[in-house]
Amino acid sequence: MDILNALVAFLNFVFIPAAAYGAQLALGALGVTLIYGILRFSNFAHGDTMAFGTAITILTTWGLQSLGVSLGPLPTALLALPVGIAATALLVLGTDRVVYRFYRAQKAAPIIFVMASVGVMFIMNGLTRLIIGVDDQRFDDGARFIINVRDFREWTGLAEGLALRSTQVLTLVVTAIVCAALFWFLNRTKKGKAMRAYSDNEDLALLSGIDPERVVRMTWIIAAALITIAGVLYGLDKSFRPFNYFQLLLPIFAAAIVGGLGSPLGAIAGGFLVAFSEVAVTYPWVKVAGYLAPGWEPAGLLQLLGTEYKFAVSFVILIVVLLFRPTGLFRGKSV
Amino acid sequence: MKKLLLATAAGALLAGAASAEEIKLGMSLGFTGPLESMAPGMAAGAELAMKEVTDSGLLLDGSTVVPVQGDSTCIDAAAATATVERLITAEGVKGIVGGMCSGEAIASLQNVAVPNGVVMISPSATSPALSTIEDNGLFFRTSPSDARQGEVMAEIMIEKGIQNAAVTYTNNDYGKGLADAFAAAFQEKGGTVTVNSAHDDGKADYSAEVAALAAAGGDALVVAGYVDQGGSGVVRAALDTGAFDTFVFPDGMVGQALVDNFGSEIDGSFGQNPAAEGEGREKFLEMAKAAGFDGTSAYSAEAYDAAALMLLSMAAAKSSDPNVWKNNVMDVANEPGEKILPGELAKGIEILNGGGDIDYVGASSIEMVGAGETAGVYREIAIENGELAVIGYR
Repeated sequence: MDILNALVAFLNFVFIPAAAYGAQLALGALGVTLIYGILRFSNFAHGDTMAFGTAITILTTWGLQSLGVSLGPLPTALLALPVGIAATALLVLGTDRVVYRFYRAQKAAPIIFVMASVGVMFIMNGLTRLIIGVDDQRFDDGARFIINVRDFREWTGLAEGLALRSTQVLTLVVTAIVCAALFWFLNRTKKGKAMRAYSDNEDLALLSGIDPERVVRMTWIIAAALITIAGVLYGLDKSFRPFNYFQLLLPIFAAAIVGGLGSPLGAIAGGFLVAFSEVAVTYPWVKVAGYLAPGWEPAGLLQLLGTEYKFAVSFVILIVVLLFRPTGLFRGKSV
Repeated sequence: MKKLLLATAAGALLAGAASAEEIKLGMSLGFTGPLESMAPGMAAGAELAMKEVTDSGLLLDGSTVVPVQGDSTCIDAAAATATVERLITAEGVKGIVGGMCSGEAIASLQNVAVPNGVVMISPSATSPALSTIEDNGLFFRTSPSDARQGEVMAEIMIEKGIQNAAVTYTNNDYGKGLADAFAAAFQEKGGTVTVNSAHDDGKADYSAEVAALAAAGGDALVVAGYVDQGGSGVVRAALDTGAFDTFVFPDGMVGQALVDNFGSEIDGSFGQNPAAEGEGREKFLEMAKAAGFDGTSAYSAEAYDAAALMLLSMAAAKSSDPNVWKNNVMDVANEPGEKILPGELAKGIEILNGGGDIDYVGASSIEMVGAGETAGVYREIAIENGELAVIGYR
């Protein structure tokens, strides 16, 4: 019984939240890694593009809700998602045309692209705030829980409760579908192969007749889809606030770099690794220890770091990886 | 010209030795920032008292009172300090209603008001740190210290049979002060605080904070935060993960937004916030309505009282010099003397001009204790069937 309680406490406070958060980070890191692999720069505007896409999706969701449209137990935001993706795709294609294409034609050094993306970040930052403001917005509707704490306790008679929110399951399911679709696209379709060829060797790809501008456009559109889906899932599961999306940039980059920049599989692994480390390091293990070894648990909370230092975990991971394995776990490009 | 001279001479004769002046009173309130929705109501309350005194024409031989507004931002201590600096040095105010939030009030008091010898009366800064601050007798407040709220909260919890509780507070002077005051009072009464940890406002996700609170455990969770901010986020995450069922809400959490957010999910939870009752409050609400603003807006009544206390103290001291009238604030606010309600400021000044004593009751039942702060009446509330219900007053 006690082992079961320990397991439930672990699932409820560590595994489920970390898995959902990890999936959101993985989607974000996939976008970063894709842009790095093909366009060859770290896109600092990533977090704010996420906020923009989510803002458009939220506004569309509200429109749909006022028209009385709903998806039953699923959040209406899923219906609004294509609109958000389309708007984000237009925005990133526009920035590419106005900003990045100029530097590409000049064959500018990657650091110049990075700095340009910082500028883009500030503009998008302002744009999102103009559109939806700086405040917290909640836009989830439909069923909130798949497993509710009180019901779970009544079913099982355990002291510990287990909650499983529908948005957490939705996040994991959508992430799995998106990843599968992306890998199929990159490995099986002609366009995907062209993108990989361009990523491996730009000159060779050009010689074999691949149109670079088309590859770039394709990359931005796929990245826009990944970015918007990641942002909407994060907003549904937690809440939407432009500043929080800006702060997400750090764990997302940590995830992409841990996995190896340019490696899609690495981005997914990195996302989960960062999320589980963040949650596990800041979780006080005293309760779980108490169930596993009754009477032996220490007086303290068994918490390695206070929750205020959550972001420090990403930093530490980033530094360790850059020091000891700059190409990341999955042998991506060196930073 | 001759007529003007005559009139001036006549006026001078009537006025006697002291002559009428224009007294400027400053207001250092958070017109922008996290409490910007409360500041206009407070300013309106303070200006109402100033207008009342000006209209009476009795203060210091017919002096007029002019309000000067300044933005304290509530969270930016540097900006608040600059504002108070401007009010004192550029505008030459004789007293300041403010600051609004504890951290900013402490900074502007220590950096500007005390060195310049100007009195500040805060309507809403409630941190216990302000009770013991070195203020040369220049700081007062018309709201009670959170040390008192901590005691009231501990008392209610013990009565309800809650022996151990987890505490989470918003990471600022208000939250920390209240949480520490509560922890001390609760332990003194035999309760146990299992954990006392901070949460930061404006995060998307509080599951990590709640996981830590849940690991420490407790019969109830005390949420010393803001209802529009992280406080609600913590409650949401605690409900979702089933970490706590019973919550205790201090003043920053008690509001309509709380039941709008959670409804009957938090049935059985309870709390308290400062709210005076009685004749003075009723009268103030009527006056506010006549003046065209909402008197029930938080700390509006306290702001009226802050301005009224300053002006009555000037009348008692027969001087507008803050270093003189600061000694009269406690006498004016407390017994003995004729009780003065809102709308009766003219009567109060008349008595003081005649050398009598008054006991200012005002809109928030002022009774100054200790280092110049009100004892405070708290309203005990409970959440029943998704509604806020008033249980009683303490």
